[in-house]
Amino acid sequence: MTTVHFTTNLQRHVNCPTTQAEGETVAEVLEKVFEKEPFLRGYVLDEQGALRKHMVIFLNGMALKDRTGLSDPVTSKDSEIFVMQALSGG
Amino acid sequence: MTVPGLRIATRKGLFFTSRDNGWKLASPDFLGDNCSALLQHPVSRAIYVALDHGHFGVKLHRSRDGGESYEEIPTPAYPPTDENAEPWVDMMGRTIPDSLQLIWSLEAGHAEQGERLWAGTIPGGLFYSEDGGDSWQLVESLWNDPARRKWFGGGMDFPGIHSILVHPDKPKDITIAISCGGIWHSADEGASWSNIGEGMEAPYTPPELASDPGIQDVHRLARCRSVPDRMWLQHHAGIYRSDDAGRSWQTIEGVQPSSFGFAAVVHPHRPDTAWFVPEIKDEHRIPADGRVVINRTDDGGDSFTSFSHGLPGPNAYDLVFRHALDVDQSGETLAMGSTTGSLWVSEDGGKSWETISNHLPPIYALRFDPP
Repeated sequence: MTTVHFTTNLQRHVNCPTTQAEGETVAEVLEKVFEKEPFLRGYVLDEQGALRKHMVIFLNGMALKDRTGLSDPVTSKDSEIFVMQALSGG
Repeated sequence: MTVPGLRIATRKGLFFTSRDNGWKLASPDFLGDNCSALLQHPVSRAIYVALDHGHFGVKLHRSRDGGESYEEIPTPAYPPTDENAEPWVDMMGRTIPDSLQLIWSLEAGHAEQGERLWAGTIPGGLFYSEDGGDSWQLVESLWNDPARRKWFGGGMDFPGIHSILVHPDKPKDITIAISCGGIWHSADEGASWSNIGEGMEAPYTPPELASDPGIQDVHRLARCRSVPDRMWLQHHAGIYRSDDAGRSWQTIEGVQPSSFGFAAVVHPHRPDTAWFVPEIKDEHRIPADGRVVINRTDDGGDSFTSFSHGLPGPNAYDLVFRHALDVDQSGETLAMGSTTGSLWVSEDGGKSWETISNHLPPIYALRFDPP
């Protein structure tokens, strides 16, 4: 199972506690999470399924490589995904 | 005379005030959130608020209890990108994205059409809902029109639909305006469209394009409810009037202190009366001489009177955006909000103004509730 964490700033807008889900790619894991909380999808991805411009996802400490399709493979059984804001400015 | 409540969409929340409570501002909803558009539907009385969360994208919320509580509802969504199709680019060669950037305008359908809603968006998609916003459909006839390739962003990166006018007597008749993409008319609820608007000039383009109706930067389009063929518009290059529902336009010359601006409203029953907020064009975008005034014509544009009583200056640099000026059903009560957080109300047709606040967040849109 992969553990998925969301930025606490997102909690103000939509229910997104830390959760666990299965999947072979980041896209598959997140899809399982979104099935339980459909509105959460639109806060992280645009309608084309791409990661929003000012969001960032870390998989086991590494920034996501495929921001368009989220195809980065989840190989470890105890992986961690962090969904965060790509903060810029001061 | 009953004056309806006034809702104000700002950079940091949705505010409400009314004459019944002495124009005192109520506690805001969505405090801290960027509100880009709002609507109270005249049939269902549901209140709609569009948000732009930046990082988290565009959202839409609805209240069915007069603003006591809100629920998130689906946003308009662009269709899946066709990987085999050539990307849409604007006339300047920039790719138009297939994703919602902003809900810029929300309007109700005709009273005979139940809970129908229209949403004008950036990057240029027009959407409608038949179920009060539970689901949205893209008006594909417009989105797929090859003429859309002429459109381009004005102040925004991408083109946007900011004005949606449903004909008061013809439920299927709709006219929209785009910055920058001119005026488009449909007589069949959006099944087909015509790019209308002869007579406008765009000095910001090469001479051979300047009179092309499809590239005009209309800032705001307004229609007289009682005389629907009379329209007014604030254009990037000046003020225009139409007597044939937007098919042709006459430029209004000699407007002082400026004919540049964003907002335009017309009296609901007197087609010759319209209001505009002049700004120095267009590299400055501040009031002339640092004095906020509102211009009103009562003779179809032959002359204008600048009213300043109750408005600030000198050293006032308030800018009034296109959705931040409204008039109620009586034509006597107006409200105006600025980018520097000033909110004013006039109860005498714009001659004098009462300050409601000088300390709100930047105001993007305001409107009186429907009667």
